[in-house]
Amino acid sequence: MEANHSFVNFSDTSSIKVALVGNPNSGKSTLFNALTGLHQKTGNFPGVTVDKKSGTAKLSSTVTAEFVDLPGTYSLYPKSLDERVTFEVLCNPENIDHPDITIVVADASNLKRNLFLVSQIIDLKIPVILALNMIDLVEKGGVVIDVVRLSEKMGVKVVAISARKKEGIEELKQAMLQPLPVPQYDFIDVKKFASDLVDKIKSVIKVNSDFAAFQIINNFSEIHYFDKKSETRDKIGAIISASIIDHNKLQSQESVERYRVINRIATECITQKSAIKGETFTHKLDAILTHKIYGYAVFLVILFFIFQTIFFLAKFPMDWIQGLFVMVSQWATHTLPAGELTNLFVNGILAGLSGVVVFVPQIALLFAFIAILEDTGYMARVSFIMDKMMRRFGLNGRSVIPLVSGVACAVPAIMSTRTISSWKERIITIMVTPLMSCSARLPVYTLLISLVVPQDKATGFFNYQGLILMSLYLIGFLAAMVAAWIFKIILKAKEKSYFIMELPVYRSPQWKTVSITIIDKVKVFLFDAGKIIVAISIILWFLSSHAPGERFTEIEKRYSSLSSDSTINKRIASEKLEASYAGILGKAIEPAIAPLGFDWKMGIALVTSFAAREVFVGTMATLYSAGDTDNSQTIREKMQNEKNPQTGLPVFTVAVSFSLLIFYAFAMQCMSTLAVVYRETKSWKYPALQFGFMSVLAYMASFVVYHLLK
Amino acid sequence: MEKKKTLKKLSQLKIGESGVIDSFTDKEMSLKLLEMGCTPGEMVTLDKIAPMGDPIAIKVSGYLLSLRKEEASTVMVSMMSKN
Repeated sequence: MEANHSFVNFSDTSSIKVALVGNPNSGKSTLFNALTGLHQKTGNFPGVTVDKKSGTAKLSSTVTAEFVDLPGTYSLYPKSLDERVTFEVLCNPENIDHPDITIVVADASNLKRNLFLVSQIIDLKIPVILALNMIDLVEKGGVVIDVVRLSEKMGVKVVAISARKKEGIEELKQAMLQPLPVPQYDFIDVKKFASDLVDKIKSVIKVNSDFAAFQIINNFSEIHYFDKKSETRDKIGAIISASIIDHNKLQSQESVERYRVINRIATECITQKSAIKGETFTHKLDAILTHKIYGYAVFLVILFFIFQTIFFLAKFPMDWIQGLFVMVSQWATHTLPAGELTNLFVNGILAGLSGVVVFVPQIALLFAFIAILEDTGYMARVSFIMDKMMRRFGLNGRSVIPLVSGVACAVPAIMSTRTISSWKERIITIMVTPLMSCSARLPVYTLLISLVVPQDKATGFFNYQGLILMSLYLIGFLAAMVAAWIFKIILKAKEKSYFIMELPVYRSPQWKTVSITIIDKVKVFLFDAGKIIVAISIILWFLSSHAPGERFTEIEKRYSSLSSDSTINKRIASEKLEASYAGILGKAIEPAIAPLGFDWKMGIALVTSFAAREVFVGTMATLYSAGDTDNSQTIREKMQNEKNPQTGLPVFTVAVSFSLLIFYAFAMQCMSTLAVVYRETKSWKYPALQFGFMSVLAYMASFVVYHLLK
Repeated sequence: MEKKKTLKKLSQLKIGESGVIDSFTDKEMSLKLLEMGCTPGEMVTLDKIAPMGDPIAIKVSGYLLSLRKEEASTVMVSMMSKN
């Protein structure tokens, strides 16, 4: 045996590191919330795109515990990204998050499968406490678990808790304060399967147990924590390549052996006294929720409700937020000394901040729903009934909610793809969600459609404007599906996609979990994506309010002799925008967009729309000196009357208007979405790819539409 | 009357039908299923089939596990039937 510390004693330390580990649905997060309350934060595990939730709690007057909520996993095999994080934190003693104590949370109502992970962690020989969660559900179901005997058989301390009811939390804290032995004996003897290899590995690297060595043998290519110690790595590599190993066989032997021991222990510790009641409730509810008619009907109603809420209900707080920012801007313009700094503050920073904060109501509402759907166990059923349909397009049953939410706004929709566990399916969902027509496109659609079709034109029930609007939403959806299908073929999966997942029993949602989810998501958006959005907003402000040389002063000089009334001011604003860097950009891209039927004025609008699509309307208003952006009637008239200076024909023909409509349906003109995609994938590769493919798609589609209608 | 052991794919079970896991035909898939508690000798019952015919949900070791038919077809279960 290595010189292992066989006891961990904390009497003289004031802070200990505690890791929470457990199966998905074991109630690990509920326990984390119960332990830490609001003293928690979300960060990153270094170098990977996995969120790290950590928090603190006082165990006694002198001892504080720092908790890390490790990603839920069924085993310690480092196959997926989440599993790799858990594996490395627990197996590598030099990892900065390596805990003093590991609490394994196990769902007592599903004990056998949960004990699998417990047994693996025991064999790592690190100090472990088994938190036997949902003990209340077990008792209600007429099952008795002999906790004392279980503790004896497993060789670790066991505390029965109910994280939802906050029962046993104090006992668990007390258990953490006691001296904690490392598990006494091996749960299974892995030497049975690879005896000499285990010894050889142990001779080159210091590990706590045979199983730790066995894990290195079996997962060598997946382990990166000794990459820096190239000498050790090479030695291990040499040992492994010198022997013929069937990794699959080793792993399957290990799994079978673990369950053999678990089954024996379970028989000794679990007594079924009467039939389980909770199950029949789940069974009855499933008969409706996964029914071939009612199942979809219920899902449709839920989708409709979510959609209505984030589309219409969120409007009120969004209006208040915008109103508040308008008030602050006006106040700042009047009170602060006029000049460049005030201008930057009002039109750059405040405008950017308003563009960030305005998303908060939608994000909060969508995540309230998603947290409830997850927490009750319904989300797994959505996957179950939608999987076959979505799979064909490389999507997942859980992609439905992001896609539908995308009709309101892609920002919260993309943030909600976290529930998709397969990397490839999640990336595809993120990539195609912005093709769904979001609410920011609506003002652009309305304005352009009104240029082509008069309001009152209708045949029978069908209002033509409404028909075109509906077609645009449909086109967006179809494009998303086709794009998903293409990505399915192009993208290489890092890991094999499985649909092997648990359908948890139904439970009532916990409001604490819901509110913590909302706070967490809003924070992540405000601080991570918000920075990027404000930065781009300042750049766009600079581009549209600055011009090279003395261009602005020349314009002002020319009008200085005239009395300044509102018409003159509008004309100055229009000329200034034309002279600005944004104007220069708009003119510079004119040759590129001319084949789509666009002139330089539309070019400027395309540039400024990058802040947000609806800015199109405001830019058009400024360019056509229409002034009041709220009055779309005047903008429409001005645009309709606009004549081409060379040909004398109207600029906004049917062909041009439809070309613009299609362009706005497909183009990626939303810095907030790109910022969120970056935040969710932790790489600029995906937002760049998304921007690229959507621009190409928009360009080609507009080109075709323009030339067909011309 | 003699008891005869017949092998079937897990994907071929009817709702309510039970069998005992016998073996796996896909090594990689078996690893994932093993860690989820689908070990040889364990009894499984087909609980439901998704409305579009796929995936399916099985009852195993006291909980509901959903998997695609393609995945289920790699699991051989033995049926105890009386001939």
